[in-house]
Amino acid sequence: MILSRLLQSLAVLLAMSFVVYGLMGLMPGDPIDLMIAADPHLTAEDALRLKALYGLDRPWTERYLRWLGQVAQGEFGYSRLYAKPVWEAMLPALGNTALLMAAALGVALAVALPLGILASLRPGSAFDHAVNLLAFASVSVPTFWVGLMLIVLFAVQLGWLPAGGMETVAAGGGGMGDRLAHMVLPVATLAMAGIGQYVRQMRAAMIGEAGHDYVRTAWAKGCGPARVVLNHQLRNALLPVTTIVALEVGGLFSGALITETVFAWPGMGRLIYESVMGNDFNLALTGLLLATAMTLLGSILADLAYRWLDPRVSLR
Amino acid sequence: MTNALRLLCLAAALALGLAAPARAAKDELVIGLTQFPSTFHPSIDSMLAKTYILSMARRPITAYDPSWTLVCMLCEELPTFENGLAKREKTPDGRQGVALTYRLRADAQWADGRPMTSDDVLFTWTVGRHPRSGVSNSELYRRILKVEAKDARTFVLHLDRLTFDYNAVNDFHILPAHVEKPRFEAGDAADYRNRTAFDQDTANPGLYNGPFRITQVVQGSHVVLEANPHWGGAKPAFRRIVVKTVENTAALEANLLAGGVDVIAGELGLPLEQAIAFEARNDPRFAIVYKPSLVYEHLDVNHSSPILADRRVRQALMLGIDREALSRQLFAGRQQVADASVPPLDWVHTDELTKYRFDPAAAGRLLDEAGWALAGGVRRNAKGEPLALELGTTAGNRSRELVAQVLQAQWRTIGADVRLKSEPPRIFFGETVTKRRFPHLAMFAWYSAPESVPRSTLHSTMIPAEANGWAGQNYGGYASPEMDKLIDAIELEIDRGKRKALWVDLQKLYADDLPALPLFFRSDAYILPTRLKGVTPTGHQDPSTLWVEDWRWE
Repeated sequence: MILSRLLQSLAVLLAMSFVVYGLMGLMPGDPIDLMIAADPHLTAEDALRLKALYGLDRPWTERYLRWLGQVAQGEFGYSRLYAKPVWEAMLPALGNTALLMAAALGVALAVALPLGILASLRPGSAFDHAVNLLAFASVSVPTFWVGLMLIVLFAVQLGWLPAGGMETVAAGGGGMGDRLAHMVLPVATLAMAGIGQYVRQMRAAMIGEAGHDYVRTAWAKGCGPARVVLNHQLRNALLPVTTIVALEVGGLFSGALITETVFAWPGMGRLIYESVMGNDFNLALTGLLLATAMTLLGSILADLAYRWLDPRVSLR
Repeated sequence: MTNALRLLCLAAALALGLAAPARAAKDELVIGLTQFPSTFHPSIDSMLAKTYILSMARRPITAYDPSWTLVCMLCEELPTFENGLAKREKTPDGRQGVALTYRLRADAQWADGRPMTSDDVLFTWTVGRHPRSGVSNSELYRRILKVEAKDARTFVLHLDRLTFDYNAVNDFHILPAHVEKPRFEAGDAADYRNRTAFDQDTANPGLYNGPFRITQVVQGSHVVLEANPHWGGAKPAFRRIVVKTVENTAALEANLLAGGVDVIAGELGLPLEQAIAFEARNDPRFAIVYKPSLVYEHLDVNHSSPILADRRVRQALMLGIDREALSRQLFAGRQQVADASVPPLDWVHTDELTKYRFDPAAAGRLLDEAGWALAGGVRRNAKGEPLALELGTTAGNRSRELVAQVLQAQWRTIGADVRLKSEPPRIFFGETVTKRRFPHLAMFAWYSAPESVPRSTLHSTMIPAEANGWAGQNYGGYASPEMDKLIDAIELEIDRGKRKALWVDLQKLYADDLPALPLFFRSDAYILPTRLKGVTPTGHQDPSTLWVEDWRWE
């Protein structure tokens, strides 16, 4: 079964690579046109020479097939923008993004799951209303605005935390504490964006499970609240939440463009955006396909987690 | 915020061992930019962030100084006919060429202690003219027919033609042969851009010859430069300079206020309206310096349009807009109104030309004359067609979008119905403008150089078309034998006085004929800490960092 899912994933990746390459290839203009428009010193001869050098004078389908052949041999090529092997250009950003997104996901789950569970215990209570309000605010307020407000408050007004970057680059900066300090605001921004979604899912799933017979039976047997909620109800309520979290795995490797831009965090979101806009096919394709592969892998892991959470579920 | 919450936050901060980011030490400076360079090779890809950073670490042979005068930076003396270092000669095909003798400064050396030599110059020329080396602007290298090494420091460039700016070799970026030659010769020249030490070994001191050298690059984040111990010029006041990239300008401003950066570069920093708002807050820690530049904001006119082919309509459109009021209202008067394409800071600029001050009545008379009669608020011609125009510009550029809206409103008062169209820069510059797909007007800016001859933008041989592979930048399709003649003459006129007269004629013709509608010369806003001294904005393509050794804390 797993093998079948892996083969399906491979087909999705192949289709995805074709679509992404095609969309990039069909985008109007190319980086050489833009360079020429910005610099009157570049001549038409320069433009033709550079387009030929970068292969931009060939049809995109021809370039795609060549790229696919190279990838099949494990050769991802060079980044046109950064003049480096693709993985060398991508790995630092990948690490930065994974660190940021994993921390944000961890914080979001650590806050959202208990809040969702607690709110579900007394639906309609003042606490439940407050949690719902928080959840709606979390999904409604734009990330860039939250990021900027946090910067203004904690970096500009209070001066407690740095406004951006990954570390203090002036002499005397650096170290674990300094790096953690630089993570606080972007992690908080991303976590706040995720909390609302997880709270609502957790709360709804818990309320849904509360009406089932097995929960009533547990109460009737005289189980304590902690045992009923955590051992019986939660285990089943985690199924839909697991699906959402599993799909977030792709996000761990594709980054968050807006948050990375606001906090000057050199991650995958910015790298992929720049590579797409700069027609850096090798870099953009590898980045996007990696994110897709991770999302597909997350989906397979979610299925496996279902089996663990509910042995009645089987993979077919 | 309650005290309890304050205490909680403080406790969290202390638990992490944090404090507010320390201001840079006395011998350090952190500069904020909105762009990160994709490559550090001086001749591959043209990018302002790269030029800005490399100007602290590398010096060109010649450059324009802050007073827009051509000066030697790596050479001892500019070759001229007067000092005998420039000599007329015939090219092999019988044309008028020129031989230029340059001598590298005695103290010119790479940051690894190796002297700069004529071998470096020869190698650079080899790379620059190689069709597959990836060098973006190879025009100068192609124009050089031969390089002759006279001795270790003296070399002669033989150029294929004699133009007035014959001794300006600003685009000749000397490469260190001892570092780059083995990499260039290691394989196919087409892959040189993937082998160059500028990107594979950026911290190699042998790549730099300026007061600083790059010691660390964190892609997408920051670049660290440290003082070059082998620099022969004035000792810089800073031991270390960090250039930090913050693409979001609101976040960049917050970084400045929070102490994350000390300076916001004018060349690639806050947009003018944001800088004006920043200035309005009167923060005594910062000084805002506005420098008019040669970035020429204008409206390109499609001369194939039957409406705009009539000069009277173009003149009426100029009379129908109040650019002074527009600059005052939107930009606190910081954008300099343009009368033609040559900025006032350029020595060839003239004020003796037709100036279009806001005069709707005169605009109306011209339109009447051109056959556009006012009927129900919109002018129509004899066939009943309305005076309807489309004005395109770049989406996401707030300044331009605001200006476009004001122009639309002002032109409505003279009976012109203008429809606005914004497109993403990639489409606007990649297709609409470059392939002449704008029906009437396109608003954008030209970035040129001091005394830049407008051949590519105004000469009739430079009109892009499918037949010529969309070559040239005369996007409006302007064709004037008189303008062509002036451009050809200016390029070849060595005598400054005669050349100035030609430039005056060119500007007068521009103002009368209006190949494009002039708007402003854009100002750059430099946000500098009040105690930072010695920063001199140039307003042209050579950034202020080319004189970074003059910068110091007071």
